[in-house]
Amino acid sequence: MENAALARPSGVAPAIELRGICKSFGPVRANHDISLSIAPGTVHGIVGENGAGKSTLMSILYGFYRADAGEIRIHGQRTAIPNSQAAIRAGIGMVHQHFMLVHNFTVLENVVLGAEDGPLLAPALANARSLLTRLSEEYELSVDPDAIIENLSVGHQQRVEILKALFRQADILILDEPTGVLTPAEAKHLFRILRNLRDEGKCIILITHKLQEILQVTDTVSVMRQGEMTATVKTKDTSADKLAQMMVGRKVLLRVDKTQSNPGDIVLETRKLCVIDAHDVPRLKNVSLSVRRGEILGIAGVAGNGQTELLAAIGGMTPASGEIHIKGQKIRLSGSGADPRVRRQLGIAHVPEDRHRHALVMEFHAWENMVLGYHNHRSFRRGSWFMNTFVIRTDSMERMRSFDVRPLLPETIARSFSGGNQQKIVLAREFSRSPDLLIVGQPTRGVDIGAIEFIHQRIVDLRDAGVAVLLVSVELDEILSLADRVAVMFDGSIIGERDIKDTDENELGLLMAGIAGGPA
Amino acid sequence: MTAIPRWADVILVPLLSLLLAFLLSGLVVLWIGENPLTALFIIVKGSVGSPYGWGYTLYYTTNFVFTGLAVAVAFHAKMFNIGGEGQATLGGLGAALVCLAVEWPHWLLAFPAAVIAAALFGAAWAAVPAYLQARRGSHIVITTIMFNFIAFALLVYLLVHVMKPPGQMAPESRPFPPGAHLPTAHEMLAWIGIPFSKSPPLNVSFLLALVACVLVWLLIWRTRLGYEIRAFGHSETAAVYAGISPVRIIMLSMLISGGLAGLMAVNTVAGEAERLLIDSVQGAGFVGIAVALMGRSHPIGVLCAAFLFGILYQGGAELEFEMPAVNREMIVVIQALVILFAGALDNMVRLPVERLFAMVRREAS
Amino acid sequence: MDLTTIVQILDSMMRLSTPLIFACLAGLFSERAGIFDIGLEGKMLASAFFSAATAAVTGSVLLGLLAGLTAATLLAMVHGVASITFRGNQLISGVAINFLASGFTALIGQNWFQLGGRTPSLSGDGRFLPVDLPFVETIAGIPFLGKLYGELISGHTLLVYLALPTVLLSWWILFRTRFGLRLRAVGENPEAVDTGGLSVSALRFQATLICGLLCGFGGAYLSTGMAAGFIRDMTAGKGFIALAALIFAKWRPGYALCACLLFGLLEAIAIRYQNIEIEGIGTVPLQLMQALPYILTVIILAGFVGKAIPPRAGGIPYVKER
Repeated sequence: MENAALARPSGVAPAIELRGICKSFGPVRANHDISLSIAPGTVHGIVGENGAGKSTLMSILYGFYRADAGEIRIHGQRTAIPNSQAAIRAGIGMVHQHFMLVHNFTVLENVVLGAEDGPLLAPALANARSLLTRLSEEYELSVDPDAIIENLSVGHQQRVEILKALFRQADILILDEPTGVLTPAEAKHLFRILRNLRDEGKCIILITHKLQEILQVTDTVSVMRQGEMTATVKTKDTSADKLAQMMVGRKVLLRVDKTQSNPGDIVLETRKLCVIDAHDVPRLKNVSLSVRRGEILGIAGVAGNGQTELLAAIGGMTPASGEIHIKGQKIRLSGSGADPRVRRQLGIAHVPEDRHRHALVMEFHAWENMVLGYHNHRSFRRGSWFMNTFVIRTDSMERMRSFDVRPLLPETIARSFSGGNQQKIVLAREFSRSPDLLIVGQPTRGVDIGAIEFIHQRIVDLRDAGVAVLLVSVELDEILSLADRVAVMFDGSIIGERDIKDTDENELGLLMAGIAGGPA
Repeated sequence: MTAIPRWADVILVPLLSLLLAFLLSGLVVLWIGENPLTALFIIVKGSVGSPYGWGYTLYYTTNFVFTGLAVAVAFHAKMFNIGGEGQATLGGLGAALVCLAVEWPHWLLAFPAAVIAAALFGAAWAAVPAYLQARRGSHIVITTIMFNFIAFALLVYLLVHVMKPPGQMAPESRPFPPGAHLPTAHEMLAWIGIPFSKSPPLNVSFLLALVACVLVWLLIWRTRLGYEIRAFGHSETAAVYAGISPVRIIMLSMLISGGLAGLMAVNTVAGEAERLLIDSVQGAGFVGIAVALMGRSHPIGVLCAAFLFGILYQGGAELEFEMPAVNREMIVVIQALVILFAGALDNMVRLPVERLFAMVRREAS
Repeated sequence: MDLTTIVQILDSMMRLSTPLIFACLAGLFSERAGIFDIGLEGKMLASAFFSAATAAVTGSVLLGLLAGLTAATLLAMVHGVASITFRGNQLISGVAINFLASGFTALIGQNWFQLGGRTPSLSGDGRFLPVDLPFVETIAGIPFLGKLYGELISGHTLLVYLALPTVLLSWWILFRTRFGLRLRAVGENPEAVDTGGLSVSALRFQATLICGLLCGFGGAYLSTGMAAGFIRDMTAGKGFIALAALIFAKWRPGYALCACLLFGLLEAIAIRYQNIEIEGIGTVPLQLMQALPYILTVIILAGFVGKAIPPRAGGIPYVKER
């Protein structure tokens, strides 16, 4: 096999070797006949779209699932991994996308949890402390062992996760989308750590969908598509374009067809908009921006820098201070009248970031979801108390058809649709009531590539129809291909605003890291 | 997909839970040294084997429909209202106060007044826990439990110190005026010429219970409020996004729930005792939990489950008479087992059924 | 109010608090591990019945205690199977257990003893008798201390003396041992425990088991220490008061002790003064005194006395993410 040859230098047994791994969930083939071999002292990347089977494969490696067929060899030894314990024993450590930390424990307590060397806590913690100090010096992983997790930044929390794995003497380290929540600077630091670890002879598996990272840090890379491993190559022999093609199996449309924007009157204007969360932490600080008819303002930034709160404040889901003007009219930001219902009446359509938590009631039928938020609309009523279910059903059918929702069955429960079709249901609902302003967060998160193009085109169509669009996305590519202007958020503020023609990835990346250099 | 057909979800799974509960109960009866089949026969015969039995069975059914609907409506908003007992106690107080207030000329006037008062008092007793849940985040399960105890203390106080006629020993109110007498099944059926047993307390409240089922069905599946309640129950975050106020939904669903629980007392206080007694609720508030779980929070299911528990309560009384070794508490055990299997151990029953259906489907394809 | 009265009330507080302390610690272990338990009441009741019944039949209170512990543990395991193995609703399971205990004890009690659900009165070795501590006679003469020691501290049953060290032991287990660390972790973030190579189910079952044992002690004390036999539904809401004390204590052992003592004191006062005369206001009826713990609990729950934050994963069945 091609990949086996390339990853096995001079007779050293591979750190990890997979042979013919298969795993199905009912009729869905999540992994099919996957073979892979990685040498010690290698950073190996695995790229693939959402749902390509990356996470399933790693879950099998870490003992969360058992493969239906195939075998795993660790340093040449055939190894069964029925549970996480076995994975840890085999020297496998995993840094999950969502950190597996106890929020009100200290760093030290989190590190020793499950790996204590005696029944009493005090000696176990003391022993761990010295080892932890040694590890953090060795690998540039400095964290205060007595800090409480919830007080640490995500970057530091991630270090704790890596320390946890090293503390358990892992020599195969799996990282699942590790940079999703990091600033570019933090990501750079992470990559330095990973290189240090590799130079110590550890084997690193990096799962990501960001091709740039693969090129930056990996030695070898595998591409997964629809449950199969389509290729394994040396990183220096490939390029982002080639990888992208292998990921989707066809040429990716990188730019959306769109004409020059033709901005009209200001629809949305915020002045010194502030949001303070339940723990009295300011999340949004003096945000002032405006969006005109017929333009798309993109909000870029690393996740968790106030974008969610910005959408929530405009959508009426959270109280705020400062001012919001809609079509020149100042609106209430707290107390009665400051709720999503009133915002909808003002002509604001809202496609929230989190489809499962906000945009849909997953147990509701598609037709019931099609009026969520608009259920009080006069045309859906019968008398003052009742809903006109007949009208709602026929109306839903039409909307689902025009957005190509499959299956075209309004009686289907929302949960049963694929991610892309769920998102189409949301868009069908929000787009088709001729809003003046559309606020939309992560429109293509968890959506397959075919649907992405469709959704992007619809957003541009809406812009061309004279709607003001505020687009929040953590995917810089998405911002670059859709927005007419871009504002970058950092730590709750807008750190810079650019016309899309006058900026590039590098500048925006710096802004996202909070470096506001250059002329504003 | 591991989904099972709707009929299996709403009929097969609850029935299997019930079967398990009965099987275990049968073992308990066997352990006591009696024949469970004989016991079952006595229960069925005693409850639906005679007009007398039917009268009592439907009387109990009436209670359980109200308390079951109360729990069910709250369930739709994902509120677990354990306070039906206390709310019904207060409902009884309301009904009694209204019935005692004036010399009612006719039951057609007294009945609606008692209904409104019982619902209002029950709702009021649910209002405080609801408010604390909505505004202060106090867990409604704990507060409604506490309110059950407080309601009972309040009722004892009022009966002993305020409502008891001077010189009377028993802690109960004076009898209601004759004009507040609700027509019994015997009287109502006599109007259309059907003879019916005279002694069972089955009365016009039963019809109210049936109406309540229809109204709750309309509320939950046909009104905007019902849509909002269900949306909130399935996903609070999505409800907030949709502009549905959690405070409003928690308050309204709990007020309706408390009101329904309160209505139960119209049957026992105004319909049967015709005076306020210390224990006019008779545990029906708790039975409502089992009924709602069995009935999958659907009015038709609640009606069926309430009827089943009506049979058990009436049949259980007969059983105690004919089989003294098995006393009334057997019913509480069955009720507990139903709550356990239909509620907490739902997955234990459901997963094998799902697996079975998946297997059958694979065979078929 | 003289010293004798105060000592008597405090003495009665000690006795009344004991079942609350056991039940509260039981709830503490369970809820710290992420399993809500409103079935404390039922487990205590089952233990109260089976310990009294066994003690009545065998004449040995220790065998009784053993039977009580077994009964409570069995119910705890039912709760565990429902809420851990089958990921059911923990609140509903708790309700079911309360009814099961209430119905079953009354049913079996009547069937076994034909005393209207009571067990025969216990005497002698059939119950826990007061233990006189040493030196009571010696210091009886000292004015204040003598009375305090002789009447308040000495003369309780073994289980009362067991309750206080149990609080200390619980604290030590939870905060000073590996097991405690894991237990608290599983109540906050079971995923962290799972990915750390530990079994979430095993930890939660262990917590549930401890919960059952402690409820068993509380129940046994009710029927063989505080009273001399079992009466129908004799827990009378104590399991719920213990639950309230747990919330009041914000899931911490030391505070739990204080909360239980407070509720015990309230009950002691209510028992001593059937109707309290307060000048200018009038008589406080008995019923208000009885309802006071519940009213206070509601006020506490309403968050007017600080915010109680439960363990983060409490009440949520653990499901591995797909």
